[in-house]
Amino acid sequence: MRSGLAPKLIFVVYLVLLMLPIYWLINMSLRTNEDIMSGLSFFPHHPTIEKFLEIFDDPTWVHAFGVSLTYVALNTVISVAVALPAAYAFNRYHFIGDKHLFFWLLTNLMAPAAVFAMPFFQLYYAVGLFDTVWAVVLAHCLFNVPLAVWILEGFVGGVPREIDETAAIDGYSFPRFFIRIFLPLIANGIGVTAFFCFMFSWVEQLLATTLTSAHALPFAAVMTRAYSASGMDWSLLSAAGVLTMVPGAFVIWFVRNHIAKGFALGRV
Amino acid sequence: MIDKPINNRAWFFVLPVLAFVLFSSLIPVMTVVNYSVQDTLGENNFFWNGDSWFRDLLNPHTTIGARFNDALFRTLAFSFVALAIEVPLGIAIALCVPRRGWSVGISLVVIALPMLIPWNVVGTIWQIFTREDIGLFGAALTGLGLHYNVTQDAVSAWVTIVVIDVWHWTPLVILLSYAGLRAIPDAYYQAARIDGASRWAVFANIELPKLQKVLVIAVLLRFMQTFMIYTEPFVVTGGGPGSATTFLSIDLDKIALGQVDLGNAAAMSIVYYLITLTVCWVFFTIMTQLDRRRDA
Repeated sequence: MRSGLAPKLIFVVYLVLLMLPIYWLINMSLRTNEDIMSGLSFFPHHPTIEKFLEIFDDPTWVHAFGVSLTYVALNTVISVAVALPAAYAFNRYHFIGDKHLFFWLLTNLMAPAAVFAMPFFQLYYAVGLFDTVWAVVLAHCLFNVPLAVWILEGFVGGVPREIDETAAIDGYSFPRFFIRIFLPLIANGIGVTAFFCFMFSWVEQLLATTLTSAHALPFAAVMTRAYSASGMDWSLLSAAGVLTMVPGAFVIWFVRNHIAKGFALGRV
Repeated sequence: MIDKPINNRAWFFVLPVLAFVLFSSLIPVMTVVNYSVQDTLGENNFFWNGDSWFRDLLNPHTTIGARFNDALFRTLAFSFVALAIEVPLGIAIALCVPRRGWSVGISLVVIALPMLIPWNVVGTIWQIFTREDIGLFGAALTGLGLHYNVTQDAVSAWVTIVVIDVWHWTPLVILLSYAGLRAIPDAYYQAARIDGASRWAVFANIELPKLQKVLVIAVLLRFMQTFMIYTEPFVVTGGGPGSATTFLSIDLDKIALGQVDLGNAAAMSIVYYLITLTVCWVFFTIMTQLDRRRDA
C-alpha cells in the first residue's frame, strides 16, 4: 500500500543518525586512551579489547552487573504480576473510587527522583533494606507498577467481555479462567509491559545508586571508577557503556514481535 | 459501549498494587510535606513554619522565587520544544518503518536501543560525542565553522540537550505509533484505495485518528519525563553555562543536596509536583472526554 523510495530513504538516514553516537561509543571502547586523545578517528586502527577483559577479570564489575540484572528481573516479575489483576479490575468493573485511584497511580510516575532520593534513603535505612537489591526492587515499583497497570489496562480492554461470560457459563472458576484462558489472550500485552518495566528499571540510576553502598552496588555506580584523579578513563567508560546495552538489546529482540503486534487494541 | 458492572469486591484485585505503591510513596511524600512546613536551626530540631516557604517561593521578588520562576520557565520551554520535535518526527518515522520482511525485527531493535541505555551512560556517550577534540558531533560542527561550545555557550548547551533528548526518546514515540499503525485493519486501507484517497487523506482520516490512544500514552509519558529532565543536563552541561540549562530538577537537587536547604527544596518540589499533576489531569480529562464522544 505504500510505495516509493522516499520513506525507505528517510528511514535509513534516521537509523544512521541514531546509530552514530552508539557507534562512536563502540569505536572508543576498542581504542586505548592514548589513541583516543591523539585525535579524531572514524574507526579503531589498532582495535583492542583490553578494557573489556579488564572488566571481565574484575569481580567488582561482574558482581555489579549481576546485581543490576537481579533487581531488574525481580522488579519486572513483581510489577507485571501485581498489575495483572488490577488492570483486569480497572477495565471490567466499576468500584468506589476507581477513577481517582487510577489517576493517583499515574501521579506516581510524575515524582521527580531527585526529590525523593533523600526520603527514600531514610525509609529504606529505617526498615533495614538499605544496600540490598530489595530496596531497589521496591523503589522501582513506585513507577513501574503504575506503568504496568496503565499499559495492561489497554490490552485487557482489547479482549471482548463475552469471553469472560462464556467461560463463566462453561463452569470455569475465576482463577482458572484468568490463568488458563485470559492470560494467553493478552500474552502480547504482557510481553510489551515486561519490556517497558525492564527498560525503566534498567536505565534508572539515581535511586539505584542512592539506595546501595557496597553489597548491592549497581553496574552504573561502579562506572564512576573510571573518573579518577588522573583524569577520565574514556576507554574504560566506553567499554562499560557498551556492556550496559547488551541485556536491553537481548530483551528487545525477544519481544520484537509482541511490540509489533502489541497495542492491537480490540483485534484479539 | 456496555456499562461496566459495579463490583466493589474488585478492590481486592487492586490491593496488591496499592500495597506496593503505597509502601514506596506514602512515607517519602509525607517526609517532603513535613519539611515544607517546618524550619530548623540545626541538630535535627524542627519547628512549625507555616506557609512561609511557599510564600517566598511563589513571590517572584524574593531570590528563591525569582530563581524558581526562571527554572520553571526554562523547563516548560524545554518540554514544549522536545515534544514539538519528537511527536511529529516519531509519527513520520513510524510511517516509514518496514511492515513485513526480515528487516522488521532488526529495525525495531535498533530503534529501541537508545532507550535501553542507562541514563548516565547516555550522558557519557554525549559527553564524548560533543567534544570538539574527540567527538564526532562537536568536531563536525566546529569544522563547519559554527561556534559550538557546550560549557561556555548557552545556545550550544540548549541545542545539545534538545538533540540528546530527541535522540534518546523519539524511539518511544516511534514504537508506540508503529504498534498503533499495525493495529489498523487492512480493510480501512482497501476502502481508502477504492475511494481514491490521497496519501495525506489516508493519514489524516484513518491513521491519525486510530493513533490517538497510543499518542495519549506517548505525549503524557514524554511530558512527565521532559518536565523532570535531570541526568542529561546534569552529566553533559552541569546546568550551565551560568544557569542556562538549570531545569527544575537540577535546581531542586542543588538546593536540597547541595545547600541542604530542606524547607525551600520541599516547598519547591510540592509546587513542582502540583504543576505536573494539573497539566496531566487536564490532558487526561480532555482525552477521555474525546474518547467517550467518539464511542457514543
